[in-house]
Amino acid sequence: MWIYTTRRLGLAIVIVSVAMAMLFFMIYLVPGDPASIALGPRATPEMKLALRAKMGLDQPVPIQFFNFYVNVLQGDLGVDVWSNRSVTVIVMESLPYTLMLTMVGLGWAILLGVPMGCYSAIRRNTWLDKISGVLSVSAIAVPSFIVALYCLLIFAVYLKVLPAIGAGEQGDYWDQFTHLILPSFAIGLGWVGYLARLVRASMLEVMGENYIRTARAYGLSERTIIYRYALKLAILPTVALLGVGVGNLLSGAVFAEIVFARPGIGKLVYDAVITRNYPVVMGAVLVTTVLFVLCTLLADILAAWLDPRVRATL
Amino acid sequence: MSAQLSDALLSATDIRRREGFLGQVRRFRRDPLGVLGLALVTVIVLAAVFADVISPYAPAAIDVKIRLAAPSLDHLLGTDQLGRDVFTRVLYGGRIALEVASLCISVSLGIGLALGMLAGYGPRWLDNGVILVCDAVRSFPTIMFALAVVTLVGPSLETIELIIIIATIPGYARIVRTQTLSLKTNEFILAERARGAGGIPVLAIHVMPKVIGPLLILGSMDVPVVVTIEAGLSFLGLGVRPPTPSWGSILNDGYAFIRNTPWLVIAGGVPLILTTLGFTFLGEALRDIIDPKLRKV
Repeated sequence: MWIYTTRRLGLAIVIVSVAMAMLFFMIYLVPGDPASIALGPRATPEMKLALRAKMGLDQPVPIQFFNFYVNVLQGDLGVDVWSNRSVTVIVMESLPYTLMLTMVGLGWAILLGVPMGCYSAIRRNTWLDKISGVLSVSAIAVPSFIVALYCLLIFAVYLKVLPAIGAGEQGDYWDQFTHLILPSFAIGLGWVGYLARLVRASMLEVMGENYIRTARAYGLSERTIIYRYALKLAILPTVALLGVGVGNLLSGAVFAEIVFARPGIGKLVYDAVITRNYPVVMGAVLVTTVLFVLCTLLADILAAWLDPRVRATL
Repeated sequence: MSAQLSDALLSATDIRRREGFLGQVRRFRRDPLGVLGLALVTVIVLAAVFADVISPYAPAAIDVKIRLAAPSLDHLLGTDQLGRDVFTRVLYGGRIALEVASLCISVSLGIGLALGMLAGYGPRWLDNGVILVCDAVRSFPTIMFALAVVTLVGPSLETIELIIIIATIPGYARIVRTQTLSLKTNEFILAERARGAGGIPVLAIHVMPKVIGPLLILGSMDVPVVVTIEAGLSFLGLGVRPPTPSWGSILNDGYAFIRNTPWLVIAGGVPLILTTLGFTFLGEALRDIIDPKLRKV
């Protein structure tokens, strides 16, 4: 287990370093430099020079590259071009909103997806199973920003039962909760379908195992067999996928935050793209990437801890 | 995967091939979702191809007297904030979506195929390098990566295509690599190598035909993903430039005027939903018939 954890951790660090190098060199692959991009076409050469010096772009590339790694390791992601505030602070201010949204989205997926998959597996090949199958595929296929837009249209604009804009009053938990319902549902719906399919498949596999037959032979009730023995094991493969799930939910969160005008990383990056605020975009991309890699790492380690067979695969 | 197991799988595929094309068609017809998917895809492709025949309007023709009109016989899906016919824009938007999807997926399948075969067949260091780069690209949340590229390069149709190609290559490369690795130890490949055949002929003649089938299915199943990325970026106003119609930009207009009219959001969203559903149903049906072992979930 320790060997697996160490190797998996090493791999994650290598992947993040390569991803960082890619982000860094992306700047040099495109025509123009970040200073001109940020200042736009009407900037004077002096303004560009000043900004280049401020961003450290006047130094040789290898030194910039080295400084980039050192700075990131020290938690310094650079400075906002417009407000001169530290990008790290700006990103960390938005991060909790996005994390909250992602977690509640994942909550929807588990709350609806697991029972749906479990139910389908128990009533295999009935019409309810077939309907749930079609629903899951559809839920996976439909883009989350369309779900967000339609939720906004139906529940906020026409029925007016849920709020459309923002994250709710500070300190008013009920208000914050009602503001979370629509966006989290929009990003979680795809994963409801995904989890339902996954749990169904793995449940069917488990229900065919010998020890389930033995439990039946002992005369245990079907309920006990399903919830105490089968589901416990059938849930394992989903754990490994939850890490990837968080990554997809993060992508969905960008759209949900924009559609529902919620504060968060997605809104932050979007506004930064519009104002060509390059350091903020890069900082936010880096933080979400690290977050994504971290989630897959945790999920993999958790899966390996729960199921020793996984450990042999790395 | 052990050599024996992959031999068994390959021969299973061969038996399936012998069932013949007609047998596969017969099995496809028994899958109602697959048939529905095929019907949807056919309608969408035809609507996009014959957009100029179907609609009497030009997609960018402005008529400010009838701004934000509700659907009528003259304008089947109403008009947008500039009085442009939304139905026409939906048809032409389909062209953009399908063009982006077919172009990007073919380019990225080609590159993924070459990279994957090189990684699987070539030396160990090359394999490790390719896999590492693929994993690093996949560690960016797609939309975040897209936003970073857009900031640098500026929004345009070509930027979207570049983003989609880069983001989809790793998936194909990894699959091809795994299959190449398992084929590499097969006896017929070993025999070819013992005969003195070079790497490229072996890959082109023996490996490629065996990996290309499953790859094409995966490619067709990625159409919804690609269409979604294009529409998503255009929805954010960071994709296709106006006045070019795209489902995403129709949705963007719809979002801006969501309190005035629901029709723009409905008109931009429904074709997108039908396209993703159609290609998903069709792709899953084809996969189950042609190559069921690709089924992951």
